Amino acid sequence: MTTENKKKTVRFAEPPKIGLSEALYLPAIAAGIATTVRHMFHKNQTRQYPEVEPDIPKNYRGVHRLNRDDQGRVKCVACFMCQTACPANCIEIEATGTDKNDPTWADRDKFPKTFVIDELRCIYCGMCEEACPVDAIELTSIYDLTGMTRQEMIFDKEKLLSVFDETVQSGKDPVRTVRGQLGPASERLSS
Amino acid sequence: MPSLFINSVEIEVQPKENIVQAARRAGVEIPHYCWHPDLSVVASCRMCLVEAGTKKDDGTVAMQPRLVPACQTPATPNTVVVTDSPKVKSSQAQTLEYLLLNHPLDCSICDQAGECYLQDYTYQFGKAESRLDEPKVQRQDKYYIGEQIALFTDRCVMCTRCVRFTREYSGTAELFVTSRGSVEEIEVLPGQPCDNKLAGNVVDLCPVGALCSKDFLYKKRVWWLKSADSVCQLCSTGCSITVDQSESKVERVRPRENPQAQGSFMCDDGRFGWKFAHSENRIRAPRIGRASHGQVASPQLTTIGAPTNAVEQYSMSVNQSTPLATATVSDLTFADPWPGLINHLQSVLKQSAQDHPTKTLAVFSPFMTCEEAYLLADYLKKTNPKITLAMGPVPVVGEDDTYPKGPKGQSPAAEKTRFTIRAEKAPNRLGVEAVLQHFQKSIVNDEQWLSSMELNPFETVLVVGNSPAEWLNDETVSKLRRAGKLIVVDILENNLTHAADVVIPGVSFVEKEGTVVNHAGLAQTFHPAIRCSDGTRPDVRTYMELSGRSGLYHGPTIRAEMASVIPAFAAFETGELGELGKRVFS
Ligand code: SF4
Ligand code: SF4
Ligand code: SF4
Ligand code: SF4
Ligand code: FES
Repeated sequence: MTTENKKKTVRFAEPPKIGLSEALYLPAIAAGIATTVRHMFHKNQTRQYPEVEPDIPKNYRGVHRLNRDDQGRVKCVACFMCQTACPANCIEIEATGTDKNDPTWADRDKFPKTFVIDELRCIYCGMCEEACPVDAIELTSIYDLTGMTRQEMIFDKEKLLSVFDETVQSGKDPVRTVRGQLGPASERLSS
Repeated sequence: MPSLFINSVEIEVQPKENIVQAARRAGVEIPHYCWHPDLSVVASCRMCLVEAGTKKDDGTVAMQPRLVPACQTPATPNTVVVTDSPKVKSSQAQTLEYLLLNHPLDCSICDQAGECYLQDYTYQFGKAESRLDEPKVQRQDKYYIGEQIALFTDRCVMCTRCVRFTREYSGTAELFVTSRGSVEEIEVLPGQPCDNKLAGNVVDLCPVGALCSKDFLYKKRVWWLKSADSVCQLCSTGCSITVDQSESKVERVRPRENPQAQGSFMCDDGRFGWKFAHSENRIRAPRIGRASHGQVASPQLTTIGAPTNAVEQYSMSVNQSTPLATATVSDLTFADPWPGLINHLQSVLKQSAQDHPTKTLAVFSPFMTCEEAYLLADYLKKTNPKITLAMGPVPVVGEDDTYPKGPKGQSPAAEKTRFTIRAEKAPNRLGVEAVLQHFQKSIVNDEQWLSSMELNPFETVLVVGNSPAEWLNDETVSKLRRAGKLIVVDILENNLTHAADVVIPGVSFVEKEGTVVNHAGLAQTFHPAIRCSDGTRPDVRTYMELSGRSGLYHGPTIRAEMASVIPAFAAFETGELGELGKRVFS
């Protein structure tokens, strides 16, 4: 846009003229009192947090959990998709192969040796959940995440699994992403 | 000039090319699995099927009614190739669908994901949906294929590249195909795993994630790797390689195709030979004073040797000098050991050159780069021309190991040799010798300087080691010990550094830039893949500062300077040797 055009598009607005009723302020004060009185007889609008906990929708994006498969093992297959997708770079996974002599892991090849999420750095965007091909990582509706140190807010595999156990017990399972059929890696786990 | 047509693009015919190669020149990719330029043609995967025909003299085109495999069809004059017709496209999609019938599709845990030809071709030429209703055939993974190799059996596309490699290139023929049809598998005989010295190449050859390297297995997803062009330094073949790193840690090394050097492959010594760069045994700070067996302990050490971490260093410099309140800025700055070291070395060498120039010796190692040898030689000879520059021992282990091996493991005839692992286990003997020849006029070999060490010892000796393995035997070291002052440049702690009065850390080839000249006189430049290990710095920088040169080290500039000073290096004239290197002398 040239300067000339720009000039044409600028409009100068004058403040509205103040009439007698505005200058007196009285009608405005009366309207204010009317609002106050009206609200005195309305339903209460404030919430008594933290005494009364709010009802958070199940699709809220709060603290992560790492799901377990039907045999109680960590469901994550250490594909690093979440770490790749994470815009905040707050997931760090170290993968390892399964022990081939251990029959309980016979059907799995790879799993996370360590799985760390820095909950302070996370922006709770849910990309990790979106990226996971086996629905192993999910964001729960736990919203009140507090801690005394930064270190406490760096969640490792055990802690993330315990969030799963906790949410399963309390019936706060998050709503699954609607994605249709899961990848074969996941199918094999559940079969 | 005779020509052929690829999707109506006309290109010149080149001898001995097939349609895949010709199409590549025309900018058309023909998908293929079983064909590899260095292996025989079997045309078994059928991925490369295209329509082909001939253009007659009268301008009409006669197409063959059937599809032909591009890998098996020579690119002859007047061939007409169509790769994008509906017929070809449907053939490609069907071939892929067939390959994927029993494929597990576990890309999420497959090491090949990201550089997998099955992924890429399916994305480009295949279908998104599978029509298979039956359960997939599942097969056992074979971790016993080789010491370094695992086979994920159900990911295999039966291209037999790996089988042909062991038959035609390594000649060891460990791998073969058992069974037929949808249950055919790659296998080894019991007790005869694929452990030959070229075995690692089958992992690179495998177009899918069937053969995986155990060393790299599950370490990194490939999309996080960053690569640098490098040159293997484990023998004088000087294979061109690619070093893949992530977060300044080398993860794997792959061969880089270079017809002038080694071809398309590399040996396992080089493939796993970079690990010394991350060794615990690295020298991480310069020191003055002798250390006993890897320990940095000597009264003088603290004056110059850097503590290994900055916090320790910080508290040390604060404690030693003034209380914090009165400390000046210079008290609080982290003590950098290098300026002190450079000063110390300069004065030692200058003094020695003044007092007894003929008794000052510098031993160069065949592990140095040409640039390092040149900068150091140039500095010493400028300090005093009478300083002796000598060549250190060149490690030779056994005999040249040539491939393909015969049925009884015998070496092939010279003209049939396709790959040689050389007995000379150093990258740059020729390059360093050429530098010494110029500055010293003759090569003083290790016998000569060692015998004079015995009769009439040198006063000051500077030895550059930089070998990945122990380089000098204890006898040589004890002779060197007779010098009044022993200065050593090395990467790892060893018998030599324990005997030294001054130790200067060097860096490994994955951390620096330089040029090496291989057995055939081919000079190749390698590039740093990772940052220098903590506390170290490239050797060239040390030599630049020693000689008082201003500015930072810039490889091409130094190489151009070498070309003008040393006639043998005339080929370095532009400073750039290109990706594949240049032959400097033969
Ligand atoms: S929610 Fe977003 S920022 Fe947090 S870990 Fe997942 S991808 Fe990363
Ligand atoms: S995306 Fe899912 S399976 Fe993959 S590493 Fe993350 S949590 Fe694990
Ligand atoms: S071989 Fe390729 S397509 Fe098959 S699982 Fe591995 S990455 Fe995926
Ligand atoms: S293991 Fe790999 S290289 Fe060997 S036949 Fe199978 S796909 Fe080809
Ligand atoms: S590449 Fe031509 S048939 Fe396999």
